Amino acid sequence: MTGTDQPTVPEAVEDENGDSFLRVENVTVRFSQTVLRDISFTIRRGQTLAIIGESGCGKTVLLKTIMNLVQPSSGQVLFDGINLAKLGERALTQQRLRFGFVFQGAALFDSLTVYENVAFALRGHFSMTESKIRQIVRDRLLEVGLSTDIVTRKPAELSGGMRKRVGIARAVATNPEVMLYDEPTTGLDPIMSDVVNELMISTRTNHKVTSIVVTHDMKSAMKVADRLIMLYPISRLHPSEPQILYDGPANQVERSSDPRVTQFVHGEARDRLMELSRSSFDG
Amino acid sequence: MATASKDDPASKELDPVYLAFVAIGGMVEFILSLLLWLITQRPYPKTLLPNFYQVGVRSVPVVSITGMFIGMVLAVQTYDAFRTMKLESRLGTVINRSMVTELGPVLAATMMAGRIGGAMAAEIGTMKVTEQIDALRCLGTNPIHYLVVPRFIACVTLIPVLSIIADFVGILAGALVSTTVLRVDSFYYWQHSNALVGLWEVFTGLGKATVFGAEIAIISCYRGFQSGAGAEGVGRSATQAFVQSFIAILGTDFILSVTFNNIYYSLWPDAEIEL
Repeated sequence: MTGTDQPTVPEAVEDENGDSFLRVENVTVRFSQTVLRDISFTIRRGQTLAIIGESGCGKTVLLKTIMNLVQPSSGQVLFDGINLAKLGERALTQQRLRFGFVFQGAALFDSLTVYENVAFALRGHFSMTESKIRQIVRDRLLEVGLSTDIVTRKPAELSGGMRKRVGIARAVATNPEVMLYDEPTTGLDPIMSDVVNELMISTRTNHKVTSIVVTHDMKSAMKVADRLIMLYPISRLHPSEPQILYDGPANQVERSSDPRVTQFVHGEARDRLMELSRSSFDG
Repeated sequence: MATASKDDPASKELDPVYLAFVAIGGMVEFILSLLLWLITQRPYPKTLLPNFYQVGVRSVPVVSITGMFIGMVLAVQTYDAFRTMKLESRLGTVINRSMVTELGPVLAATMMAGRIGGAMAAEIGTMKVTEQIDALRCLGTNPIHYLVVPRFIACVTLIPVLSIIADFVGILAGALVSTTVLRVDSFYYWQHSNALVGLWEVFTGLGKATVFGAEIAIISCYRGFQSGAGAEGVGRSATQAFVQSFIAILGTDFILSVTFNNIYYSLWPDAEIEL
């Protein structure tokens, strides 16, 4: 068993200017079992971090913990120096509007049209005229390559790729400072996956956002991220091992000395086949 | 690999007593949060109208049909017993009293628990499993304020109205069957029809319907928020919403009936029934 690669790439973790925009400190999340254990890292403003790892390792839970959709059992998340878990409803709402969250299945509101979905937060929290909101919705839809003809459609009438792009448009509508993407390319064809990758890059460039991308699509992670964190499922770890197996530049992940990291990066079954045959034999 | 022990938080969380406390605490927290949002913030106007339409307008046919048949059945079932006592002209008394104080509110609420409660739990449950509730939070909107408050207001205000409709249709249908099919003299039927129904009975019936409306909204929305993953989880919460609302309606009906009777006799201790 090899140790974590975390200490070998300190330049990616620490910000030269000390500008720790988002700091995750010793976060543990426990439901019926522990999902995240003692996770710590810091993100600086403008960075694009990809959190990779196999299914069930806690990537999405970590993303939701960052936005305080899931409360950590211990530890804290500091966003711009503020612990979101300690805020009241009104202050928390204000801080949440500084984030844009793109959900795995887009999570568009079924009962609302595309226009109402993208305009949702603008109508609720910004004193704007309807013509100004209409202008923003139009701009955001064009930005993600969608025609304004679809504004009257309901989410059920859209394809998976279109829903994902409307989800991005909705998340960007409030001009957030941080974009959180949960499995943005999952379930899309290779071309649409690349379209979404390009949209993530253009969103970072156009809106100067800090981005966190949770994915198990290595091609996507390598393309959009300048830093990678790899999580490993708690059930496969020794209690003394850190859950983060790799934290460093995206272009150096293949040089990791941890075979579990290279196994994931190259998508190799290796010992898992043995485990499968053993479990079927036991069964 | 570590094994679970009694001190392990994970094993504590599987303890049934602990789970029961968590469930009760969750429900209490949900109700308090609903009341807080109800008092401190106006509901979103655009969410109110669709809920009023769904709970109110679309329920009128089913509540009317239910009320009609119950009124008719009441007439048929009580006729024989009253005829043996030569009291068939008083049939309207018992039909109207039963409809106004019990069957109108209880049946309107039961129909609502099935028609609206299950749908509410399924809709909110689907929103939960497809992360739409998380999306609401991310977009700066409290899901209880956005989803539960308008449903609660719609149920609390419209279930009494639906109960009045059930009462009205049931009384008319009972009268129709009694006077045309069972040949009770319509003059005497209507003369005795309000003997046991006064303002007190009408208001206690509406009071019950209001409480039932609140119960249906709270239980159904809460079950939706507690929905498990997938179609099975959503289906189960819809079923639980109906079953638990139904049990709550019947249980509360008994408690409210006893309470209202005690209040009545403490206010008017010398009151006697005059037929």
